[in-house]
Amino acid sequence: MKSKVAVIAAVAVAGVAFAQTSTVDEIAKYRAALQDGNPAELWEARGEGIWKTARGPAKVSFERCDLGLGAGVVKGAYAQMPRYFPDADRVMDLETRLVHCMVTQQGFTLADAKKNPFGNGNAQKSDMEAVVAYVTSESRGIKMNIAASHPKEQDAYRIGERMFYFRGGSHDFSCATCHAESGKRIRLQDLPNLTEKPGAQLAYTTWPAYRVSQGELRTFQWRLFDCFRQQRFPALEFASDGSIALTMFLARNANGAAFDAPAIKR
Amino acid sequence: MADPMRIRANVTGDTTEVRVLMSHEMETGQRKDAAGKVIPAWHIQNVTATHNGKTVLTAQWGPAVSKNPFLSFKFKGGAKGDKVQVSWTDNKGDKRTDEAVIA
Repeated sequence: MKSKVAVIAAVAVAGVAFAQTSTVDEIAKYRAALQDGNPAELWEARGEGIWKTARGPAKVSFERCDLGLGAGVVKGAYAQMPRYFPDADRVMDLETRLVHCMVTQQGFTLADAKKNPFGNGNAQKSDMEAVVAYVTSESRGIKMNIAASHPKEQDAYRIGERMFYFRGGSHDFSCATCHAESGKRIRLQDLPNLTEKPGAQLAYTTWPAYRVSQGELRTFQWRLFDCFRQQRFPALEFASDGSIALTMFLARNANGAAFDAPAIKR
Repeated sequence: MADPMRIRANVTGDTTEVRVLMSHEMETGQRKDAAGKVIPAWHIQNVTATHNGKTVLTAQWGPAVSKNPFLSFKFKGGAKGDKVQVSWTDNKGDKRTDEAVIA
């Protein structure tokens, strides 16, 4: 009798394990099927239009914006960001740099440049997300190469690392609570282990992404903002030094991997 | 005014494969907003595709089609340099037509 129970239990465990791997496989198949018609392309096209349009009170396009490789150079720029910009004496990620260009070149106020970073359907389209989609798409296939040679870049990396492991909030969470062990998942979503090279590379190089469940293209600033919300942390301010530092930490850990976004996620 | 479509058309042998990405909310009319009011239906109703002016596909769509829909279809014929034109009309009367050259 005892052995019969044990056999049934073993079968049940095997069944669960099989269901898990096949679910992961099925999600991979689902992503592959969607990749061909990734709606992120709609954002890329809109973003390219915005990039080339004269805008703001000063009627200047982003084509004079220096993303680190020279004014208006987009190709490969994202694979080297965040980086230190001498003209601003600050480390900036892409979004922060775009805000900087909107303020210093296009004549927007800082508040206007930073409002509406994340879109919500047709009612609230975000130009920021579209421009980010365009700029990042121009780094597709290019290897991540964050130098972090300037002292301020190294500072940002160290601060980002501290933030990643910092526990706090009502749930005593840190980024590392979910992202420092391999083979973990939340419901059906695999959690990347960001403390190891493969996990960090796969995760960072596939953002921004079109979120099918939201019908929106989401940027890396959004990813961090939403992680903070999930951790019940205070809201992460858009383009803040903290968000840049955390991006610096995660981007540099992805060095060497070919950038592969805008991607598509469930 | 709706955002442009992304259309790609490729010919292999005697068959042309067309892939279209449309930008549309595709609201079903089944959802409610935060105040409990029904969000009115707003979706593409008619889709037409032509090859050098000749219709190769017509479709009637409803609320079951996803937001930002992706349409892929094949037709016999077509040569490099030919024009493929796709148009849609939604239930509010908004329309959009875009074209692509077969590669």
